[in-house]
Amino acid sequence: MRKLADLLKHPLRELQGEVDEAVSPERYTLLRRKIIALMVAATLIPLSVMAVLNYYEHQNAMAREIQNPLRVLVNKTKNSFELFLAERTSTVSLIASAYTYQELADQQKLARIFSVMKREFEGFVDLGLIDEHGTQVNYVGPYTLQGKNYADQRWFQEVRLKGKYVSDVFMGFRKFPHVIVAVQHMTEDGRTWILRATLDTKQFERIIASMSLEPDADAFLVNGQGLMQTSSNNYGKVLEKVSFPLPPMTYEPTVVNMTDPLGREVFLAYAYFPDADFVLMAVKPRSSSLKTWYTVRGDLLFIFVAGVAVVLIAAMRVTDALIRRMKEAEDRRELALREVEHSQKLSSIGRLAAGVAHEVNNPLAIINEKTGLMKDILDMQGDFPAKAKLLAQVESVLRAVERCRGITHRMLGFARRMDVSIEDLDLSELIRETAGFLANEAMHRKVDVQLDMDPELPRIVSDRSQLQQVFLNLFNNALAAVADGGNITVTARPESDGVRVSVADNGCGMSEETLKHIFEPFFTTKKGKGTGLGLSITYGIIKRLGGEISVESTQGVGTTLTITLPKGQREALA
Amino acid sequence: MNKKDWKILLVDDEHEFITTLAERLELRGITPRVAFDGESALAAVAQEEPQVIVLDVLMPGIKGLEVLERVKRSNPRVQVLLLTGHGSTRDGIEGMRLGAFDYMMKPLNIDTLIEKMESAIDYAGKAANLG
Repeated sequence: MRKLADLLKHPLRELQGEVDEAVSPERYTLLRRKIIALMVAATLIPLSVMAVLNYYEHQNAMAREIQNPLRVLVNKTKNSFELFLAERTSTVSLIASAYTYQELADQQKLARIFSVMKREFEGFVDLGLIDEHGTQVNYVGPYTLQGKNYADQRWFQEVRLKGKYVSDVFMGFRKFPHVIVAVQHMTEDGRTWILRATLDTKQFERIIASMSLEPDADAFLVNGQGLMQTSSNNYGKVLEKVSFPLPPMTYEPTVVNMTDPLGREVFLAYAYFPDADFVLMAVKPRSSSLKTWYTVRGDLLFIFVAGVAVVLIAAMRVTDALIRRMKEAEDRRELALREVEHSQKLSSIGRLAAGVAHEVNNPLAIINEKTGLMKDILDMQGDFPAKAKLLAQVESVLRAVERCRGITHRMLGFARRMDVSIEDLDLSELIRETAGFLANEAMHRKVDVQLDMDPELPRIVSDRSQLQQVFLNLFNNALAAVADGGNITVTARPESDGVRVSVADNGCGMSEETLKHIFEPFFTTKKGKGTGLGLSITYGIIKRLGGEISVESTQGVGTTLTITLPKGQREALA
Repeated sequence: MNKKDWKILLVDDEHEFITTLAERLELRGITPRVAFDGESALAAVAQEEPQVIVLDVLMPGIKGLEVLERVKRSNPRVQVLLLTGHGSTRDGIEGMRLGAFDYMMKPLNIDTLIEKMESAIDYAGKAANLG
């Protein structure tokens, strides 16, 4: 982190520094890494923050969207239950108020009332009148319950206490799950009696079925003790204990997250009934509810990953281009510096060569004349015993003088080129002259140097000294590449608007990797012996002179360097 | 014109060189006069006009190019062959501009020198006829 902070504080530190400092490849690698890191950090941090915020926002929104309908559904269903129970209770209460004890105790009348109740309201199973002692005095329904005493049953106590009572689901004497609705009525003379109806829990199942839940969702009623009041797909049958603890009590529909006994992550929506000991519960697995969310999450993740990839690729490309530009600029600057240095060096060498040549030329001229005179005198003498031998010696001295003359003239020629820039020149002569500098080495190493100059070669307008430098470089390289006894062929041919010169050797050749870098500054294969500047300077000169240079090489077969030069100098030298 | 009648003046501060050259020319039938510096060269020209002066460019005292200039001014018919020990073509080109007939580099080939003398004398003769 400290490194990143440091980087952000001084992002371009590496770009500064001494102007003349050589830029090593490691430094470029480091710089490249830093720029990429900076660009990636600058783009990915906001992107990641946005992605994370988006993720949580979406997740919350989706959760709300899933929970809200569930809460509404539970509320609606709870209302249906309450309405159902309130209607039944009101009906029983109305009958208890509308009829006298005697009327209700009449078997026929009660049967008629019960048939009307069953017709108007679904769910009634039976109807019974119970006196203040708990004895069922009249009963209409499918069971034989007349005369039964309920005095010690809990519901009887409750109804005596509260006047109205809705029971939990229980089996009782009937041996099937049912709910009791009981109403106590008091006559004017102070007698009390109870009208009690039994409700079928099938109605409960129907209300739950009307919720139209998905197959993997579940809804059921439980009582305050956690006993199932309706059957559930996953959490127990009627009157079994529900398989998870009851949630905290609230009459408001509430949604909580929990792990159910089956190990599923679920939403549990529930509400307690204020007037009955019931809790309505609906359970929905999170996985199915969040299917849409998972799709959205996948999309988000994909967009994020794609974004990161694009940022990375873009950062790398941009940085690579930037570094390449920097490198090129640096290389050009370096090359220019080296060229200046090189030409200064050549210029000093030129002056030195001129001085030496001049100093040597005068005594050489004397030797030449003296020996010439000796020869003249000998020629005029008649034969004498040692004449032939003496003449041979004199001729030998004259040949030596001629050789020295060749050397000093080449040295002077080289020096002279330092002064001149653009001139009209004969390329064949220039090539011959330059090749002459290396004639000794070639001879010593038995390298066969062939100069194949087209006699129709046009004269060109160019820089003599620079071209001489170019050919010196090329010949030197060719000589370095060939083994002793090898071949070097220099061919010069006219072209449509210039000349083409190729220098071919049958030396060691170059690998493709070497070929790629051949014109780069400081690239050398001469392991510590070369400066790596020769060919890059050559390249620079040829380009400046408006020409082209190319190389072909096969490892173990040889190398051909080809130069084309324009006849005239156009804007290239302007 | 017979070589014996050629009027040649050799000018160089290198005594050994110029006397030997004179001697070799004499062996070939040419009798040159010799001067070892610019002043004596000018004096020799004033005394008797040569047809050709073989003049070293680099000499102590009056330099070769100055001698050339002054001779060409006083005796325009005289042809001058410049000798340069120096490689720079500038001297040669400058000399040609000042009216030298040609220039040669040391060490000399005596046959080439005589050919050039002959051309210079021919040229001077033609120029005189035209003039």
